[in-house]
Amino acid sequence: MSAAPAYSEDKGGSAGPGEPEYGHDPASGGIFSSDYKRHDDLKEMLDTNKDSLKLEAMKRIVAMIARGKNASDLFPAVVKNVACKNIEDPNQLIRASALRVLSSIRVPIIVPIMMLAIKEAASDMSPYVRKTAAHAIPKLYSLDSDQKDQLIEVIEKLLADKTTLVAGSVVMAFEEVCPERIDLIHKNYRKLCNLLIDVEEWGQVVIISMLTRYARTQFLSPTQNESLLEENAEKAFYGSDEDEAKGAGSEETAAAALPARKPYVMDPDHRLLLRNTKPLLQSRSAAVVMAVAQLYFHLAPKAEVGVIAKALVRLLRSHSEVQYVVLQNVATMSIKRRGMFEPYLKSFYIRSTDPTQIKILKLEVLTNLANETNIPTVLREFQTYIRSMDKDFVAATIQAIGRCATNIGRVRDTCLNGLVQLLSNRDELVVAESVVVIKKLLQMQPAQHGEIIKHLAKLTDNIQVPMARASILWLIGEYCEHVPRIAPDVLRKMAKSFTAEEDIVKLQVINLAAKLYLTNSKQTKLLTQYVLSLAKYDQNYDIRDRARFTRQLIVPSEQGGALSRHAKKLFLAPKPAPVLESSFKDRDHFQLGSLSHLLNAKATGYQELPDWPEEAPDPSVRNVEVPEWTKCSNREKRKEKEKPFYSDSEGESGPTESADSDPESESESDSKSSSESGSGESSSESDNEDQDEDEEKGRGSESEQSEEDGKRKTKKKVPEGKGEASSSDEGSDSSSSSSESEMTSESEEEQLEPASWRRKTPPSSKSAPATKEISLLDLEDFTPPSVQPVSPPAIVSTSLAADLEGLTLTDSTLVPSLLSPVSGVGRQELLHRVAGEGLAVDYTFSRQPFSGDPHMVSVHIHFSNSSDTPIKGLHVGTPKLPAGISIQEFPEIESLAPGESATAVMGINFCDSTQAANFQLCTQTRQFYVSIQPPVGELMAPVFMSENEFKKEQGKLMGMNEITEKLMLPDTCQSDHIVVQKVTATANLGRVPCGTSDEYRFAGRTLTGGSLVLLTLDARPAGAAQLTVNSEKMVIGTMLVKDVIQALTQ
Amino acid sequence: MSRTTSLPKRIKIHFMFFPAILSDSTTVLEFQFSCSIPAPLHSENDYFGVCSEPVIKDNVVVVYEVLEEMLDNGFPLATESNILKELIKPPTILRTVVNTITGSTNVGDQLPTGQLSVVPWRRTGVKYTNNEAYFDVIEEIDAIIDKSGSTITAEIQGVIDACVKLTGMPDLTLSFMNPRLLDDVSFHPCVRFKRWESERILSFIPPDGNFRLLSYHVSAQNLVAIPVYVKHNISFRDSSSLGRFEITVGPKQTMGKTIEGVTVTSQMPKGVLNMNLTPSQGTHTFDPVTKMLSWDVGKINPQKLPSLKGTMSLQAGASKPDENPTINLQFKIQQLAISGLKVNRLDMYGEKYKPFKGIKYMTKAGKFQVRT
Repeated sequence: MSAAPAYSEDKGGSAGPGEPEYGHDPASGGIFSSDYKRHDDLKEMLDTNKDSLKLEAMKRIVAMIARGKNASDLFPAVVKNVACKNIEDPNQLIRASALRVLSSIRVPIIVPIMMLAIKEAASDMSPYVRKTAAHAIPKLYSLDSDQKDQLIEVIEKLLADKTTLVAGSVVMAFEEVCPERIDLIHKNYRKLCNLLIDVEEWGQVVIISMLTRYARTQFLSPTQNESLLEENAEKAFYGSDEDEAKGAGSEETAAAALPARKPYVMDPDHRLLLRNTKPLLQSRSAAVVMAVAQLYFHLAPKAEVGVIAKALVRLLRSHSEVQYVVLQNVATMSIKRRGMFEPYLKSFYIRSTDPTQIKILKLEVLTNLANETNIPTVLREFQTYIRSMDKDFVAATIQAIGRCATNIGRVRDTCLNGLVQLLSNRDELVVAESVVVIKKLLQMQPAQHGEIIKHLAKLTDNIQVPMARASILWLIGEYCEHVPRIAPDVLRKMAKSFTAEEDIVKLQVINLAAKLYLTNSKQTKLLTQYVLSLAKYDQNYDIRDRARFTRQLIVPSEQGGALSRHAKKLFLAPKPAPVLESSFKDRDHFQLGSLSHLLNAKATGYQELPDWPEEAPDPSVRNVEVPEWTKCSNREKRKEKEKPFYSDSEGESGPTESADSDPESESESDSKSSSESGSGESSSESDNEDQDEDEEKGRGSESEQSEEDGKRKTKKKVPEGKGEASSSDEGSDSSSSSSESEMTSESEEEQLEPASWRRKTPPSSKSAPATKEISLLDLEDFTPPSVQPVSPPAIVSTSLAADLEGLTLTDSTLVPSLLSPVSGVGRQELLHRVAGEGLAVDYTFSRQPFSGDPHMVSVHIHFSNSSDTPIKGLHVGTPKLPAGISIQEFPEIESLAPGESATAVMGINFCDSTQAANFQLCTQTRQFYVSIQPPVGELMAPVFMSENEFKKEQGKLMGMNEITEKLMLPDTCQSDHIVVQKVTATANLGRVPCGTSDEYRFAGRTLTGGSLVLLTLDARPAGAAQLTVNSEKMVIGTMLVKDVIQALTQ
Repeated sequence: MSRTTSLPKRIKIHFMFFPAILSDSTTVLEFQFSCSIPAPLHSENDYFGVCSEPVIKDNVVVVYEVLEEMLDNGFPLATESNILKELIKPPTILRTVVNTITGSTNVGDQLPTGQLSVVPWRRTGVKYTNNEAYFDVIEEIDAIIDKSGSTITAEIQGVIDACVKLTGMPDLTLSFMNPRLLDDVSFHPCVRFKRWESERILSFIPPDGNFRLLSYHVSAQNLVAIPVYVKHNISFRDSSSLGRFEITVGPKQTMGKTIEGVTVTSQMPKGVLNMNLTPSQGTHTFDPVTKMLSWDVGKINPQKLPSLKGTMSLQAGASKPDENPTINLQFKIQQLAISGLKVNRLDMYGEKYKPFKGIKYMTKAGKFQVRT
């Protein structure tokens, strides 16, 4: 090109545009004119607007190629003509395909054309073309990395795109071209989070992994202050009122407060990410599930990571390739968060049909999950595996047994005995592996195992596997004082076969010889010298070196000997027992799910997962201003668009339909539906002041809109659920729709009217300082703490029940007698006065909804100090809980003076099981291990329903879900009142009105799962009765029947 | 699905595409993508009925075209078979003939609109004369039964496969009698997650044709009914070169349904040279090379339990094998979802016509193993 100007000018002068003269002969300048000259005229022809000239030029080019001439110079000009035309085609698919073709031509010379085409396509009106543009970016980048700056501009532009079709592809381009430019994400962060669910699966994966990295640089570690955080996370998740208020207070305040306040508060954006990715765990795509799982693992607070376990276990059902990757990741996770996978232990049991790699990975996971409680089952499983035909797998199993034995002291002897038995196995590999593992185990407590060492010594005659021989020799040398007679004999045998041994065995023979020489030189001097002489002439220089070194140390020559005095210390120093560790221990520094993690080595293109920052970067960078008018117009457009699809005006738009057409889909739909439901509600129902307030707030602070919308999503559920129920059912039972919504609304109301509560419950004089904030609803508050443990439902509680009713139920049709007595079982002892060194602790189940979390059983803990010194700093220590069970601790009680007592409320989520929650009760000086086991009746909350509804629900829960038992009601238990009281005292159920007089019906829902529990008592004349419980949770049903019968027949 | 039978070919396809992944990306994505490649190629009414080596050889061009559309510079582009089918027409005999004569290709003449429709997984303008929607609830029992017949682990995994041939843009809702049985679910992207969260109803605009609507796991708290038992007596005697082999299969908790399609397979230890067996029903084979015993039992008649008895000839002089073989079981029970899951109703909104609806239940053995 450099030589061209002169000629082209010249040409341009002689032949004007449209001049056909240089086209007269296709082969004209073929031989005589120089190459560049001819190419120039062709180029010019191709550049003109006239089709005839272009055609002519193309003909000549084809002719040239046909004669074998090199026409590659003309390539860009031709491409420009062919592709550019299509790039302007009215059909978007043609435009997209043209760009794909153009960008797939990997010839550097067309880079400028490609760049132009990409830029143009990036502002195309069709999202599909823009998507293709995003795909073309990494192609161009790999062709010519000098274009980076220009490409980043395009990426920046495309990142701002609001369609889901583009989002995934542009993030992919971002990751390929400029992953370090994290600042480009700030403004788009919230949009990406909100669009995520609508993006197609492959895009979701890329976005999620990018956002994981982003979050690691922009937010603070949620684990730095775990206990406080849990409280916070819980609230944010259930979107309680408080949180809403906080969120509405805009994040500038949060930002300002963050560095100042020490306790960790999760950035709302961080929460947004966690919340928006969670539903994707339900994706059908294994890649998406895995991506969310790694995001949670790297970003979520400890208490929330658990949700991914179930989804990951589900992936174990897919193809073995996917299984392999998932198991690798599970293995890494299970080291850090063992509790998470413990409930799924059995899903990792190995089948004989699994491929070996899968078997070994499952074994790894099983070993990681083994603990004090499940080790018997795990070992029993291992026992079956040892007999497998797959020998590699057997070897791995033996290793696993070794690891279990080191990790869990209780089973060490059992494992060791088992392994010793394996020494008589016919398969040499098994024996060898056992020897190696036994060696490691023996190192932990050699003194007790002289017999085993002797047994091993005998094996040297038979075992040929070098590693095993070496291990035995090392053991004998190390513990030669335990086997003083056998050791020299073994050395004798080994000296005999020395030359035939493998290198590692030879080294150990030298080692053994040296140790014996130092402890028992009388018997072994000659043997040692013989071995050392053999080693001196060995072919392997390592062995020669070792021999020379050893000789100098133990048999000092005249002039040396400075070290030899320390020889004994050198050789026979006590050695620390080896730690048998998982090979997955340190893998989590690679981002999970990445190829690098899979290979345990850095792959090209791997983006390092940064550590959390010390100080949170400014969160306001993510603020986006959304002008009001665009929102409105969008909203209207959207409504029109949706009409044809949704005949019911639910407002709950499906996840994806809106995706392509509407850029703002997520946040928009939410704000819309919330406003819809809000207005609908206020017309039909009267008590929704807070709802309206919210509305106003939403309108008021438009600049914060997008962030707030995210919040509202969870919050919104409550009023909606209510509205639906009241529209579909008879007006009388709006609260029966679902316990969850009921609970939440209740707790909301509680918070709305704290003043009235305070008025109604006179504060007790004694316990004032400790309980002021927590126990507004506490019944036991004002019964003196020394009173006998059983407190029958007192007058106070009934009045309280009435109050409660007034607060929770919008309809006044319910008769007060339908409400169950509020207090549950009487006081139970948690810590006896004597065991607690003066601190006595009781607990009661208050049957109040726990304000922080509707799934939690609220437990009132009563402390009384009968010692003569004040007890300080009462709090809950780190609980060690079974899977699923979680505890909301009570705030620390600073001090409890002698003779005083105090009450605190804590919430426990028992996960619908009667497993005990074990935790520590700590004072400043002591820790007490305590446990609370709930009676099955406390795991539920009453539900109010009509008779018809009850029958309908009961009809659905027949068969296996129905448990029926006959009983005889004693004479004391014939009256209505007593029966109802006894049943409701046993279980926290609500009475269902009933037409017939001899039938009693009760209904409730389990707190965590929300499964219905329906109880029917059919009393027949003469005391005979039949008790029926219908519940999906059969265990709960069975236990409930037992408890209720016991209560009734007592 | 013929997934297991086409496994070696799938791996071949993997090899074709692994070089396409240049830098570190998410591994599962790669694996999953490679697994999703054959899906459009071999599922029934997509490209080829079965994805076997000769079929791929014969249709290299089509395979190439499809892959080209699926992948752009190593990144998945369009994987929904609905869209792919519009871009590249599935081969038919007629079209092949026409193409050979006229020299045209399978690339569609008309431009597809699927990628750009409001519902990405459904094309617009679908028309059928008979509007039908069929749903198959298929549950698989994965279990390990130990030597004494007690269950070590058992779980139920289920799927709902749908075949929907409805005109226009129907909006369906499917509700269950007992949705709480479903412990862990994963959806086709068409299912509205929020509806499920709040009401436990599946609400969706279905893709056209066959698709998997839902896969689920039944909560582990529920006890799993094991519909069959296997009585076995397999003994290798140390001294003699003959071993005894006897298995009987019988129904256990079948809810009154017949167990069909029973197949028993077992990998025998290396020391077994041959087996001399007599089945009371069905046919059996033993491959002396792979040592695989398989017995095609068929239906189980509770009055006359099928059994397989006989002797094994063992390698002379070799010692008794360490392990007794595990027995793998396959079976089918029609008209039963073992978990008790029941579809309550299916409603359609958005279109005027009355579709024909059908629901079928089936229980199968998944990875069902009996240790001996």
